[in-house]
Amino acid sequence: MKIEILGVGCPKCKQLTANAEAAVNELNVQAEISKVTDINKITDYGVMMTPALAVDGTVVSAGKVLSKDEIKKLISK
Amino acid sequence: MAGNNCMCQQAGILVFSCSGAADAGELSDRVARRIAQCGQAKMFCLAGVGAHVPGMIESAKAGTRLITIDGCPVSCAQKTLEHAGFTPVAFNLKDMGFEKGKTAVNEESIEKVLSKISGGNVEETDRNISRGCCGC
Repeated sequence: MKIEILGVGCPKCKQLTANAEAAVNELNVQAEISKVTDINKITDYGVMMTPALAVDGTVVSAGKVLSKDEIKKLISK
Repeated sequence: MAGNNCMCQQAGILVFSCSGAADAGELSDRVARRIAQCGQAKMFCLAGVGAHVPGMIESAKAGTRLITIDGCPVSCAQKTLEHAGFTPVAFNLKDMGFEKGKTAVNEESIEKVLSKISGGNVEETDRNISRGCCGC
């Protein structure tokens, strides 16, 4: 599973990254977490509000800092 | 890098225009751009929502209120958002006295539409747009 955090690196993006890492650890799943900070790449995803979260290339959330539990639900689907 | 081009601010009100090919569609587009230029709302891509681009859909969900401006009674912008599961505050230029094929796209008509929108009874729209344009 590939999880991408889309955002230019502000505190909200960092918090979302931390929450995603915690979610992956608790679920004990194999996942690669990476950050996308290039604004052109972010808009290529159609994202206009950050931070955003993409799972396996599909944006599943934008404009909010999902909690660890919300991310767990998303990646468990 | 943080702070430069940061897109993390609150989404706020998002405005979608039909931007149709006819004069009324052009007027809807110009009005939406004026509202966005004045900072009252952010203009958003109707086509992206219509195409169900996940990033666009999720970004639109972050809006505190979604406004559509349609040029004619076909109401494509409103229907596009509804089809994607949103419930926009919808404005139609036909209701404001504009008719497709007979609409002048000029400063006077733009101001007239802005005035009509500000006269809406939606509290949040009112609060954010009724102050009028900044003059930009």
